[in-house]
Amino acid sequence: MSARSETLRATARADLARLRARYPAQFRIDWAARARLAGVIGLLLGLAAFGYWRLDFSVARILHGLGRLGAFAVLMLPPSPEGQFWTFLHALGETLGIAFLGTLTAAILAFPVAFLAARNVVPNPFARFAVRRGLDVMRSVDVLIWALIWINVVGLGPFAGALAIACSDFGAFGKLFSEAIETCDRRPGEGVVASGGSALHRIRFGLIPAVLPVLASQVLYFFESNTRSATIIGIVGAGGIGQYLTELIRVLELKQVAFLVLMILVTVAAIDGVSTRLRRALIGPAAR
Amino acid sequence: MPTSHGPTPLPPEREAALSGLYAAATRAARRRTLAGFAIVAVLALLAGLAAEVRPLVFIENIGKFTAYIQEILPPIGLDHPIEDVRAWYWGLPNWLGLLGETLLMAYLGTLLGGLAGFALSFLAAANLARSRLLRIAAKRFLEVCRTVPEVVFALLFVIAFGLGPMVGVLAIAIHTTGALGKLFSEVVENIDMRPVEGLSASGATWIETVRFAVLPQVLSNFASYALLRFEINVRGAGVMGFVGAGGISQEFLVAIRNFYYADVSAILVLIILTVFCIDLATERVRHRLIGPEHAR
Repeated sequence: MSARSETLRATARADLARLRARYPAQFRIDWAARARLAGVIGLLLGLAAFGYWRLDFSVARILHGLGRLGAFAVLMLPPSPEGQFWTFLHALGETLGIAFLGTLTAAILAFPVAFLAARNVVPNPFARFAVRRGLDVMRSVDVLIWALIWINVVGLGPFAGALAIACSDFGAFGKLFSEAIETCDRRPGEGVVASGGSALHRIRFGLIPAVLPVLASQVLYFFESNTRSATIIGIVGAGGIGQYLTELIRVLELKQVAFLVLMILVTVAAIDGVSTRLRRALIGPAAR
Repeated sequence: MPTSHGPTPLPPEREAALSGLYAAATRAARRRTLAGFAIVAVLALLAGLAAEVRPLVFIENIGKFTAYIQEILPPIGLDHPIEDVRAWYWGLPNWLGLLGETLLMAYLGTLLGGLAGFALSFLAAANLARSRLLRIAAKRFLEVCRTVPEVVFALLFVIAFGLGPMVGVLAIAIHTTGALGKLFSEVVENIDMRPVEGLSASGATWIETVRFAVLPQVLSNFASYALLRFEINVRGAGVMGFVGAGGISQEFLVAIRNFYYADVSAILVLIILTVFCIDLATERVRHRLIGPEHAR
């Protein structure tokens, strides 16, 4: 703060009454807006207080737990695989396999379905509505729940995990793909039809070339986020690194846990890097 | 033979050269596409080996999947449908309570994580940060919070804090801090800097600058991102019970492990409906907050 701005402020303060008289609108207090704001904040805080009571929060428990967490943090150092490095690496490969296969299957299955859910391909609103709601149902069931269902069908193991990711992503891809198709430029398709192409020709030569890079970039993005989901899918017994993570946390082998978490962080960062590059190459530098 | 209608044909040697070029261009494109397909196929094969894909088991057991779906279909007959629905939802009061608990977990997690992310985002934003070191520390911290899946936090916290929904809230809050902190700081980095300059020129402190120059510009975007995160956290809270961190999924796990088929479908329908309603409601509010054209 310079001396000059201090004097400015002092002058303004000394002149406050005149300023008030000259700019009444700037000084008027909007009580209605303030009451609304206070109401919203009160509501948010009230709900928070209710949650605090209902979910049995207690400061004593948090402090006690924080103490134990501190002890865990000490036990985690230094991270080491304790001779299980190759087992962990194999599990990591399994995790990547689950993510890749799940994403690929979902993308291949969702590709034709997305056209059925796009307004500029299927003009019939009822058919489109049915397809969209079906996709919504698939999407709103979590990956872990899908994994539990598939375990009942194909047994424990990574295969169930891949199927679970395929199912929940199928819904998400269907929605995203159909949105990409709907925002596509109409003119190439109209050109194809005007020069005598059929409806299928219109899709093949008028729509697919335009949407393919967008779809590919979305698939890559999902592969990235699926490597994260695939690390936890083992918690319900669907293979991958999550299985070891759960067991080792339960028996408090914290050095190995820390090593596993580091492995996951490094892998996710590596995949992020690779897929960001690939996405840039696919749809130009504008891609995030 | 040239006629007065239609284009005049090219001289034969020129045509041959052009069609040769065309063929070469399409051949190159086709080769690239085929190579891409081959790479994806090889990767898929490797992934299939790693993920122990057993197509035979799948084909053998796909019947089991349809049988399972049939099994969990609600036992509703045409004779007395209302009684059947009532029997199907025999545990409704209990389930609604747990569902409310799940929603509260998501809410509290979003609120706590949102507040922490709010505070950290101003430290992590490149255009407001006063110290480089602090900014890098804040960014790295947010990154770790966001990359470790919330279920992993929940697993650790269950051992440290004991079973119960509080653990779920803490795990969600940490993950939310990371996710929202990053989004918030990106919003802050994109603000109009003129009000900030005006305030610092007239001698405002850092806190005053943030309050009067930054906050009015970013608040609606922050609220919209927080709502989007709440939507995601409702799904996240819906699976916290699998690791013992409270909510509806604890009951769901019991039902699925003990083959209480009707309960599985009843709870599943409840979860799906809740997620639907929350999605719709938050989308409405977000559209009102930031105008329909920016809402997604």
